[in-house]
Amino acid sequence: MSTETIAPTLTAKDFATDQEVRWCPGCGDYSILAQVQKVMPTLGIARENIVIISGIGCSSRFPYYMNTYGMHSIHGRATAVASGLKASRPELSVWIVTGDGDGLSIGGNHTIHLLRRNFDVNVLLFNNQIYGLTKGQYSPTSEEKKVTKSTPMGSIDHPFNPLALALGADATFVARTMDRDPKHLQAMLIRTNQHKGASFLEIYQNCNIFNDGAFEIFTEKGSKPTETLFLEQGKPLLFGAANDKGIKLDGFKPVVVDLNLGHSADDLWIHDEQDIYKAQILTRIFDDPKIEGHLPRPFGVFYQTNRACYEDVMAAQLEEAKTRKPADLDKLLKGNEVWTIQ
Amino acid sequence: MVRKQEVLQDVVIKFAGDSGDGMQLTGTQFTNNTAMLGIDLSTFPDFPAEIRAPIGTLPGVSGYQLRFSSDRIFTPGDSCDVLVAMNAAALKTNLSALKKGGKIIVNTDGFDGKNLRLANYPEGENPIENDSLANYEVIKMDVTKMTREALKDFTMGMKEKDRAKNMFVLGFLYFMYNRDMENTIGFLKEKFGKKPEIFESNVKVLQAGYNYGDTTEIFTTTYTVEKAKMDPGTYRSIMGNQAVSLGLIAASQKSGLPMFLGSYPITPASDILHELAKYKNFGVRTYQAEDEIAAITSAIGAAYGGSLGVTTTSGPGMALKGEAMGLAVMLEIPLLIIDIQRGGPSTGLPTKTEQSDLLQAYYGRNGECPMPIVSASTPADCFDAVYEAVRISVQHMTPVIFLSDGYIANGAEPWKFPNSESLRPIPVKFKTQLGDQEEKLQPYSRDEKLARPWAIPGTAGLEHRIGGLEKQNVTGNISYEPENHQLMVKIRQEKVDKIAEYIPEQKLDSGPEKGKILVLGWGSTYGAIKSAVAELQAKGHAISHAHLRYVRPFPKNLGDIIKNFDTVLIPEINNGQLIKIIRDVYYVDAKGYNKIMGVPITKTELLMKLEEMLAE
Repeated sequence: MSTETIAPTLTAKDFATDQEVRWCPGCGDYSILAQVQKVMPTLGIARENIVIISGIGCSSRFPYYMNTYGMHSIHGRATAVASGLKASRPELSVWIVTGDGDGLSIGGNHTIHLLRRNFDVNVLLFNNQIYGLTKGQYSPTSEEKKVTKSTPMGSIDHPFNPLALALGADATFVARTMDRDPKHLQAMLIRTNQHKGASFLEIYQNCNIFNDGAFEIFTEKGSKPTETLFLEQGKPLLFGAANDKGIKLDGFKPVVVDLNLGHSADDLWIHDEQDIYKAQILTRIFDDPKIEGHLPRPFGVFYQTNRACYEDVMAAQLEEAKTRKPADLDKLLKGNEVWTIQ
Repeated sequence: MVRKQEVLQDVVIKFAGDSGDGMQLTGTQFTNNTAMLGIDLSTFPDFPAEIRAPIGTLPGVSGYQLRFSSDRIFTPGDSCDVLVAMNAAALKTNLSALKKGGKIIVNTDGFDGKNLRLANYPEGENPIENDSLANYEVIKMDVTKMTREALKDFTMGMKEKDRAKNMFVLGFLYFMYNRDMENTIGFLKEKFGKKPEIFESNVKVLQAGYNYGDTTEIFTTTYTVEKAKMDPGTYRSIMGNQAVSLGLIAASQKSGLPMFLGSYPITPASDILHELAKYKNFGVRTYQAEDEIAAITSAIGAAYGGSLGVTTTSGPGMALKGEAMGLAVMLEIPLLIIDIQRGGPSTGLPTKTEQSDLLQAYYGRNGECPMPIVSASTPADCFDAVYEAVRISVQHMTPVIFLSDGYIANGAEPWKFPNSESLRPIPVKFKTQLGDQEEKLQPYSRDEKLARPWAIPGTAGLEHRIGGLEKQNVTGNISYEPENHQLMVKIRQEKVDKIAEYIPEQKLDSGPEKGKILVLGWGSTYGAIKSAVAELQAKGHAISHAHLRYVRPFPKNLGDIIKNFDTVLIPEINNGQLIKIIRDVYYVDAKGYNKIMGVPITKTELLMKLEEMLAE
């Protein structure tokens, strides 16, 4: 994102608005808002250059609570609105706040196109695996057989794997974090901002009203160490309460090994954010935690690469065109062939 | 031999052939050649929806109608004097539009057994061999054979050679109408400059066509049409979509707002995207979005950032953009939505013209969602009309719909283009700081036009949030208060209605202020109405013509004009749309004249209707 440097004299409070926050008490969105407000003043971006664009859904109320520029647009279209803004105003720091319904269902098309075009924007996808604002229908990330108001006999839909989808659309930055781990969330927000290009950050977010505990197994103290895998650049894939379990590649297949049973950390998969092939395997580690022998769910930066940003190439073309042929309105209006009537 | 030279006043030529025969290019070249001579003209291209329908079939016929005259003309003509038919299918589809006694120039090679079969002529019947064309003057030429003959020294393949056939016909017509061919040679040089063999072969065939006419003694007469009595000035030829593009660039330059076009390809609007994509040197950003919705919402994003946001589309795309238009109305943000109408509903008739999106433009959104509508009446008028649409949009902080249609989008006419200095300035002011009394920005405070401030991201101290939810007047905070919603609905309506105070009053295009019939039109019916009304006025009838540019709001004196006539007739290329609004607004028993065939209303048809009404 934008690397403009100014003295960070603002605090989290400067990013709060006078509007009453209207999410349900206990909603995971509160934590995300708090972390974003904490991180924003540290980024070195002038407040007036920050724009938060959202679509529709619980998460999309976000801009109203951030004292920056903001637009609460229409369902699914935040990514498209942001594309036009970023294309025409490359110097702005543009953040998109969307949800699993907004960004992957009604707005799925715009999400993949934004990623492939690689606008230098930050996509924060709040995934709660449910439609909250419309009061509890299944979403495109809800698990199969899920019983909701619209699926009394269980959902038939196979869910999206958001990070695999993002990578499939050639996203240049793909990461996952969770509402209940403020430190990791902050770190991921900072990484998201640092990346020049379209950054896709999936945030597991608890909807305590319609889908309470959807991510409990990853977020609660008791199960978190064995059920999650925190990725760190250049470090082996370790997990477990005593960091005594690891992931090793057996051919293309990731397998769990126990360091107490003769394996050493040297045998393990070393995380490399730049490796697209490994990133694809990582995003595919998406097992249902209820299934015996499942792999832990990875969190962190899966993949990061550099590719030209749409708005930069567009601006360069404009500059080149101006150099080649300076704009002359009268010449344009006249065209190539004219005749005169006396 | 001595040839007779005949001076004609008015000629209509229809070029018809297979979509691959290059008829559009031939027509355009003859048009430009005509324009350079100061002859008035009007064109009507007519092509199939399929890019390459099976060769030789009836659906594959592509046509280009050109009318030129030493009088001022306003339509491409109801019927043709000359029909160029490159194959049997072209003859069959277009013969009914040819005047009795008219000339048919046929390529005999296009009338072999296969072509006749494909054109569904009965076995053994060849219209150019039997007496079925006895009422016409048939000029038979084996264009294919003569083209190949002219290119016998060229090394290119037969297929390549045959591609120059249209040049032979063009050359022949240049001979027939006493034309110089320099402009076409110049055009070919530009187009094929890097491929000298293609350039030379085209010129060779062009000259062969001319020489064929010149040396064959059967053509005893050539024709000329003299300069038209047009206003003094410098002219160029322009097509509607081109004029829209230039109007947008001019408005962008005069307002100082960089332009952003979000667009998704759709017939017949795509040419605006193609045209504008060429002008990056004017700071124009063209963005081919992933769909119609992204096209408009990206333009909304750009407008929010301070650009002149534009989106171009046609009927089906308009339908998809509906929700986003509502967002623009709620955001009260400038935005241009350009709808080049075509036959509907659904995919309908993509390449045929219709005026059937008016009610969609007027009402086609959820909620109370008023938007100004500006329409263009001729190809050149697209420039002024779109320029006006931009002015209204940025000065009144509102999205504006601009309506054109396939007929004027692809039609051409002479245009006395303006000097950039003569264009009306479009001053735009962004809000840059808080006022003396303001503690923070009040995004929904308003000026005398009821326009709200345009405060763009990057402006320190004016950070604010806007969105699609109902908001409190002045503060812009979300509000579900019953009274506030009613107030905001009324304000948004009043803001659009108030534009009537900032647009010119309606003028009669022709005719007395009081009379028997007022013909009230909008959009591309202009030429047909003007021509039909002029004939009746010449016969002494009390009939007048008013043509609307501003369809919403109406000019404030429109009701007074209507009251001065016994009857109002509203001709439209739809099933009666403007008429519903006029009846609703002015309680007048207006009559409709509606043609829904995918083609323009002709002068003759309208004249018959009006004569009927006058006889009542």
